[in-house]
Amino acid sequence: MKEKRIQLSAAARREENWAYIMIAPTILGLVILNLWPFVQTICTSFCEHLGFGHYQFIGLGNYVRMFQNGDFWKATWNTVFFCILTVPLGMALALGIAMLLNAKVKFKGGFRTIFFLPLVCAPAAVTMVWRWIFNSNYGILNQLLGTNIGWITDPKFIMISCAIVAIWSNIGYDAVLLLAGLQNISKSYYEAANIDGASKPTQFFQITLPMISPSLFSVLIMRLMSSMKVYDLIYMMVEETSPVVTDVQSLMYLFYRSSFVAGERGYGSAIVIWTVLLIGIVTLIQFQGQKKWVNYDV
Amino acid sequence: MKSTASLERSRRTSTILTYVALIFGAVIMVFPFVWMILTSFKTVEESMMVPPIIFPTSLSPANFIKAVTSLPFTNLYLNTILMVLFRVLFAILFSSMAGYAFAKLNFRGKNILFGIVLLQMSLPSQIFIIPQYQMVAKLGMANTIFALVFPGLVSAFGVFFLRQTYMGIPTEIGEAAYLDGCNQWQTFYKVMFPLTGTSVAALTIFTAVFAYGDLMWPLVVNSDLNMMTLSSGLATLRGQFSTDFPTLMAGSLLAMLPMIVLYLIFQRQFVEGIAGTGGK
Repeated sequence: MKEKRIQLSAAARREENWAYIMIAPTILGLVILNLWPFVQTICTSFCEHLGFGHYQFIGLGNYVRMFQNGDFWKATWNTVFFCILTVPLGMALALGIAMLLNAKVKFKGGFRTIFFLPLVCAPAAVTMVWRWIFNSNYGILNQLLGTNIGWITDPKFIMISCAIVAIWSNIGYDAVLLLAGLQNISKSYYEAANIDGASKPTQFFQITLPMISPSLFSVLIMRLMSSMKVYDLIYMMVEETSPVVTDVQSLMYLFYRSSFVAGERGYGSAIVIWTVLLIGIVTLIQFQGQKKWVNYDV
Repeated sequence: MKSTASLERSRRTSTILTYVALIFGAVIMVFPFVWMILTSFKTVEESMMVPPIIFPTSLSPANFIKAVTSLPFTNLYLNTILMVLFRVLFAILFSSMAGYAFAKLNFRGKNILFGIVLLQMSLPSQIFIIPQYQMVAKLGMANTIFALVFPGLVSAFGVFFLRQTYMGIPTEIGEAAYLDGCNQWQTFYKVMFPLTGTSVAALTIFTAVFAYGDLMWPLVVNSDLNMMTLSSGLATLRGQFSTDFPTLMAGSLLAMLPMIVLYLIFQRQFVEGIAGTGGK
């Protein structure tokens, strides 16, 4: 070790010193703000919070309690169900918009700006507007449809309402990413297909889908990861005191309520660890599955 | 001859269909915003008409006055602006330095240290929240601007993103400056950093939009209404006016307005900044 140090030239040593100075704030910050809290959360998940920052080790107690709790499993299902409702449909619609924008249209930039608009609005404010649209008595949606559906009060509909808001909010972002993928497909493929007399649907399945599969895959991974962590939108849609809260609360909502409303930080930590594991498993499955449909040959 | 005409006609039909579909989609995207603005000028009675009336009878600012008097909007704006400003400044400053070092300098432990960056990026921020909150509470800093900025003091994503940018800049440029007598720090901030304008702008927008929309952390750490952000403040308004939707819409509009205005001015930078950084 000592010999190696001597071997470094003066210039190399200076370079190294500068490097350490330049990364110091970041590394220090990451260790204090992230690495240490990460370890702490793992430890806390094996402890019970006695109040005022005091903890007692209880082994797997939080996990046992969690796995025996109906609300927890319901929240897990709600999270998975939310992904099922939003991810495939949202991606299909986003791909549709991307393809429309990829055609020769005027005001392309204007359309893009409109579809992207929800992204820059705080989810809290956007969801507030949707609450009004969904209002069962005076909301415009029921009035337009001539129905009397309790979009945010009926446990059968609340998840659908949240899914609508989520898809509406994210569609522009996904479309912009997919549009970039579409623009990379060489026109010559379609020209050749046209000469061969291939129909539009055939061209879509034989050229567009395989060529855009890497973009679809990265959007899928990103969308799944963020949907599994959904919180703000559901929190704004359904307050903690609402009777339908257990019908719709996601794992992160349950985490928030357990940790900061009920003050059970050990239990909350166990929930967040479970969520991270779940995200990891889902992502792993996707990376395994991609071999079957994602085409990197081009 | 006939086939050319029919081809022309089918092309025209598909163009029309494309516009119809795009306009239909655009209407759905814009409608909630329009409905919010229209409602924000209505009286409560007008908003509850069955069948609904579309336009308010007068452009009275009454609901905005009510929203501003029931929530300390000046504080909310100020807190949000300060939080976003500091988070952006720290993200740019620290991430540029570290991004440059990871991309261009040789030092021992580089891979392990970069591993910490990647680990943070791959974990959801909620896993850090309880300990971060306890730290802020222990420092006695709850209900301060510092508390709002705290988790954003460093940005692992920013480091990762700017490292990519610096890796794309030819090393020769730095070497030339070095031979001209600049030390590593001078090479970085006089020569290399000015070349990263586009990426820094993208990181700025990304960080700002993300911080602005964040809800859980501000709710957890600042419970004093005067120290809340626009997002968390609006969340408290939700329960207060459960049936007064015109006031809620006025509040939502006020909360959205600053970012929408910025977005409309810098559309292209926003879209490319958020989508281009690729990850939220």
